[in-house]
Amino acid sequence: MGKRTDLHKILIIGSGPIVIGQACEFDYSGTQACKALREEGYTVVLVNSNPATIMTDPETADRTYVEPITPESVAKIIAKERPDAVLPTLGGQTALNTAVQLAKDGVLDQYNVELIGAKVDVIRKAEERELFKAAMAEAGIECLRSIPVRSLDEVRAVAEEIGFPIIVRPSFTLGGTGGGTADNMEELLRIAGGGLKASLTNEVLLEESVVGWKEFELEVMRDRNDNVVIVCSIENVDPMGVHTGDSITVAPVQTLTDAEYQKLRDAAIRVMRAIGVETGGSNVQFAVNPENGRIVVIEMNPRVSRSSALASKATGFPIAKIAAKLAVGYTLDELSNDITRETPACFEPTIDYCVVKIPRFAFEKFSGAEAALGVSMKSVGETMAIGRNFKEALQKALRGLEIGVDGLDLKAEARVAGTPDIEAGLRLQEPNRLFRIKHALKHGLSVERIYELTGIDPWFIDNVAQIIEIEHEILAAPHGEPLPRDLLLRAKRDGFSDAQIAALYSELATEAEVRAQRLHEGIVPVYHLVDTCAGEFEAYTPYYYSTYGQTDEARPSDRRKVIVLGSGPNRIGQGIEFDYCCVHTVQALRQLGFETLMVNSNPETVSTDYDTSDKLYFEPLTFEDVMNIYEREKPEGVVVQMGGQTPLSLAVPLLKAGVPIMGTSPDSIDIAEDRKRCRQLLESLGLRQPESDTAVTVEEAIEIAARIGYPVMVRPSYVLGGRAMMVAHNGDELVPFTHAAMRASPGFPVLIDRYLEGAIEADVDVVCDGKDVYIGGVMEHIEEAGVHSGDSACCVPPHSLDPDLCLEIEEACGRIALALDVRGLLNVQIAVKDGIFYIIEINPRASRTVPFLAKATGVPLARIAASIAAGKTLHDFGLTQRRASLDWFAVKEAILPFNRFAGVDPILGPEMKSTGEVMGIDTTFEMAYWKSQIAAGQHLPLKGAKVFLSAKDNDKPWIVEAGRELAALGFALIATEGTANALEAAGVEATRVGKLAEHGDSSILDFMHQGDLSLVINTPSGPISRVDEIKIRSEAILRSIPIVTTRAGAKATVAAIRYMQDREWGVKSLQEYFSGA
Amino acid sequence: MKKAIIALEDGTWWEAEAFAGEGEIDGEIVFNTSLTGYQEILTDPSYRGQIVTMTYPLIGNYGINAEDMESYCPHAAGLIVGECSRVPSNWRCDRTLPAYLKENGILGVHHVDTRSITLHIRSKGAMKCVVSTTDLDPGSLVRKAVASPGLIGRDLVTDVSTQEPFAWKSTDGDPAPRFRVAALDCGLKYNQLRILTGLGCQVQVFPAGSKASDILATRPDGFFLSNGPGDPEGVPKVVAEVQELIQSGLPTFGICFGHQLLGLALGGRTYKMKFGHRGGNQPVMDLATGLVEITSQNHGFCVDKDSLDPDLVETTHINLNDNTSEGLRHKKLPLFSVQYHPEAAPGPHDAEHLFSRFLKMMEAHKPAA
Repeated sequence: MGKRTDLHKILIIGSGPIVIGQACEFDYSGTQACKALREEGYTVVLVNSNPATIMTDPETADRTYVEPITPESVAKIIAKERPDAVLPTLGGQTALNTAVQLAKDGVLDQYNVELIGAKVDVIRKAEERELFKAAMAEAGIECLRSIPVRSLDEVRAVAEEIGFPIIVRPSFTLGGTGGGTADNMEELLRIAGGGLKASLTNEVLLEESVVGWKEFELEVMRDRNDNVVIVCSIENVDPMGVHTGDSITVAPVQTLTDAEYQKLRDAAIRVMRAIGVETGGSNVQFAVNPENGRIVVIEMNPRVSRSSALASKATGFPIAKIAAKLAVGYTLDELSNDITRETPACFEPTIDYCVVKIPRFAFEKFSGAEAALGVSMKSVGETMAIGRNFKEALQKALRGLEIGVDGLDLKAEARVAGTPDIEAGLRLQEPNRLFRIKHALKHGLSVERIYELTGIDPWFIDNVAQIIEIEHEILAAPHGEPLPRDLLLRAKRDGFSDAQIAALYSELATEAEVRAQRLHEGIVPVYHLVDTCAGEFEAYTPYYYSTYGQTDEARPSDRRKVIVLGSGPNRIGQGIEFDYCCVHTVQALRQLGFETLMVNSNPETVSTDYDTSDKLYFEPLTFEDVMNIYEREKPEGVVVQMGGQTPLSLAVPLLKAGVPIMGTSPDSIDIAEDRKRCRQLLESLGLRQPESDTAVTVEEAIEIAARIGYPVMVRPSYVLGGRAMMVAHNGDELVPFTHAAMRASPGFPVLIDRYLEGAIEADVDVVCDGKDVYIGGVMEHIEEAGVHSGDSACCVPPHSLDPDLCLEIEEACGRIALALDVRGLLNVQIAVKDGIFYIIEINPRASRTVPFLAKATGVPLARIAASIAAGKTLHDFGLTQRRASLDWFAVKEAILPFNRFAGVDPILGPEMKSTGEVMGIDTTFEMAYWKSQIAAGQHLPLKGAKVFLSAKDNDKPWIVEAGRELAALGFALIATEGTANALEAAGVEATRVGKLAEHGDSSILDFMHQGDLSLVINTPSGPISRVDEIKIRSEAILRSIPIVTTRAGAKATVAAIRYMQDREWGVKSLQEYFSGA
Repeated sequence: MKKAIIALEDGTWWEAEAFAGEGEIDGEIVFNTSLTGYQEILTDPSYRGQIVTMTYPLIGNYGINAEDMESYCPHAAGLIVGECSRVPSNWRCDRTLPAYLKENGILGVHHVDTRSITLHIRSKGAMKCVVSTTDLDPGSLVRKAVASPGLIGRDLVTDVSTQEPFAWKSTDGDPAPRFRVAALDCGLKYNQLRILTGLGCQVQVFPAGSKASDILATRPDGFFLSNGPGDPEGVPKVVAEVQELIQSGLPTFGICFGHQLLGLALGGRTYKMKFGHRGGNQPVMDLATGLVEITSQNHGFCVDKDSLDPDLVETTHINLNDNTSEGLRHKKLPLFSVQYHPEAAPGPHDAEHLFSRFLKMMEAHKPAA
């Protein structure tokens, strides 16, 4: 049948910013889809507000709109581009929801645009519970006993019918936001109330609880001929009750017989047909009762998902690419399997290894948040590992997680050793569960008892017990002689790292010693292929994992080659931006004729697409694992500057082991990271820095702060993302903050800087080839200094900084780059106060802002920097001018996950909390800022609505000005007592409301409940917020009321509202911007 | 753990450890790519004379249960896996895999790189193999492998087939029988019989060596030719009887070895494949509809589809991986067969509808009552 010839232009909707529940897996799938459709000759139009993506590279699509993903915005794009079809199944829930709304609004009909991949009725059937249940009933598939409700009265009425415990699942939300498990009516009303608010359709489902059942997922593909294949089966180690995104998962299914697995397979296919997904991939989740095998279907997603990205990486089957081709009419048998080339895509991958995925959490970033897992997803990233047995894969995944453990090691147990009641600890659903199991086994609890307490299948628990047995054997190994070879080999086969063994065996006290003995014994890993077919056919796609087996398939070539180290699991502070830089590095080096070897452990990413590099090593980013690859492949060098802190921290150990580091020398990196050397460098260049010093004791910290003068910034050494970074205004604050910083980076000095209150910050990214310098851009922060640069909105070119000062800043950055002999990227952080600029920090590596700048200016900085590391010059790229000159403004806005963490104060500070970013681009700063706010989900009001103002005394002068302007723009003001007084004193009218503490609930919250409030401007009262103000801000977050918590944010917001009151905004593609159209 | 050596006739060998049994076995080494279903594979009579390597390394996870037996005993000569689970975990499990193998005197070995073995077989072909825990001299084992009998031209069917005819008992919930089916047991799998009785057939099972005339004398409504081990050209007598059976004009359905027997009976040839198809993910296209089924397969021999008279026999199904014969149909007689296993067990159920096709054929041929 082949592809459809009646379609020519296709609009792909991306997923927007990285948020919890929707991460870079959609950049991976969207990029594949763009490539796949263009390969077929279709014109691809793309909308995605996230600049830190490969899919928004201007080369990926024909027309790239970095515009908000809202129905209004996409309608504008449709009106302008007039595509024949919209493909909504590759951009997560965001794309699906947007497509449904476009259909409801009549936009698709108006412009005669077809939805391909999934029709509206299919999406609704899969997403709306009542329709889903009816479809399942018709197909003869059991669902959970459940009743949808739309009000709290209904909740009360039906609860008894279902029986406690009851799970609350809201419709149309991300990752189950607003859901939870209730054991009684009081809890139920609270959770369901939140769920009703979170749901786009004001609907939640009350459902019988199957907490403790086994949980499975199947990834299914179907074509228009009704051919159906299962790409991958996944078993959750954590049973039902923990969101699958927060569960440790294993592929393939481990504890079901064939008969039972085939029942799931049959059911998944029936679900696919009943929902009517005509083409593409879907994910079906099941719960299975471990007592009797009763199967119930939990849900299905009629689109590619996080699980499908995992399934693609776990099997080698490119789900998104195939889904895109099926959507335009191909059938599975018409498409070939890229990996084997000879066999068709119409088959079911089979694997000959075990895959383990472990989520990565960030609870430590959100003080006040409970580290509890449930039906609402909390993890911010994940790592995947491949091994020939579960123990190997599990331990590789644990060390790939980069949480300070070298496997399921002694350090892992130590984290939970403090819990006095082991059994009570095991009952907790929290991220350390696996460590608790090991700890409990070592304290004599039986596998059976642990199963009773955790619901985790005994098979997994026994595997942990096997790891402990090896541990005991190593501990008991006779001293005074080398570790027995057989034992060492068995430990390696079960995934023990060299460092983990060193901690167990005093004869070989260090990782290096274990490594030396291992090499001496000839115990080195082999590399097996991921080939979709368990070796049945020859594979051509070089996708590898290490294991301690017999056959090595690595086949090193004699080409010039380079290893590029990726950034591991996403976390706050190190996310997709760095994967973007790694992918660009690979692209640049391939273009220069190098064979590129990518090493990474994050299954969500584009960098781990086997198409991206010449060879993909899916391995943890540790010294041991990287060295093994290095020694097997013997490349010319290793690139460590692109993947963020993870590879950077390997630079020195690798260099010491004799590995050539490409680009800027590790010594220059050290100058930048070492406070003292850095200070010397800047002094020698005559550049100003805030006064600073380092302290190793609290007493020293007090002394330094007194010398420098309060307020001071306190932070630990060697951490990314502002972990445990705080501003102390006096000695009382300094002491606890210093302790926190010491805990965050034990053994290293605490850094204390003068805090430039009210300063404007800027980020500058520079490319340097050692001779010339190119200024990628000066990005002026919207929020003032003190807010982590990753959480601050920023604008390029600077919207308020004096142009002459900008020139001075650029010149200074250029001098720093040359002084450090940078061969690639350099990021400099600047603070400007009273017309004077200070250098806050220098980092000779890829920064978080590199992809944003590339999208804002059209200059692919990362690619150029990588080429320079390989010997090219700026001149080769025609970058002889020092900077880009832009006729537009681009604003980056940060996306914060406060809606996931109840009880956390949603304010900005020196500790980074954002998960992702969006970009707004337009010809004026105000319009670009407006777009960035819409893209970030802050729907600013234009007129006629109510605004709530409340600020501490220091902030009153500017909040009065903001109030005056808003009143003049026609807004009604509501303010708390003090703020209202200040407003009235300035002649601005405001309705008074009491604080919560004074008036209970009949206060500002009432306005929020009534849906009357359209904007909140509220600043924290002090370094430690009061409970009532946290409640106000949290409530605003929960209700999606735009909230501004800083002076600069308020200023930009008011300016944007004023500007937009009598203007319309339009859409323009990057290609139009960059071609000067 | 007892050390074991796996040695092949071409001189290649691997070290492993026995997890069940001890001693020395020989057979043809093959690999199966199914992720689940080791119990069904072990008890499938088609594996008689073969040493099965499972490509999925973690085997034994769910133990052995009473319901998923595909015949009266395990048939594989030996089992090679990456890591045999020391604990089984499943609500239906009634014993461990090692215990089951030991009970039946079958050698199981693990802690070997099964991908290494698989890649070797893929590139060099299935070959004769010896696994031993008693003789650990690879050179000696290689010589023994060379001297072992192998599969070509050998009749293994008689070893596995029932000695006496018997009626398969229907189970509760099966519908009242509408058809009487005579099943020729070349090494059949119980699930074939379960499905037939489940659809309303009364099944009489006959030994592979039965005379066509004896079977015809029972006046069945249709013939079912089962799967079985080894080389179809090794049982010329069975082929001759099948020729007689199909001339009766009664509806006939063959699976796997049964497909090969029909190919030979209709004047075609069979040949030994390099390493065969064994697994649960083989894509087969029905040429009549263009639809693809994911199928369960286990065969090392194949019907040469070009050897059949195109005026008489139509190729109905092909394997999309290598274009080999997966199904045929007689243009005049009510006869069809498939190379793959529509009864699954283990594997996907996509092709189970073929049993209904057989019933429809019998329906059409049954004289009006």
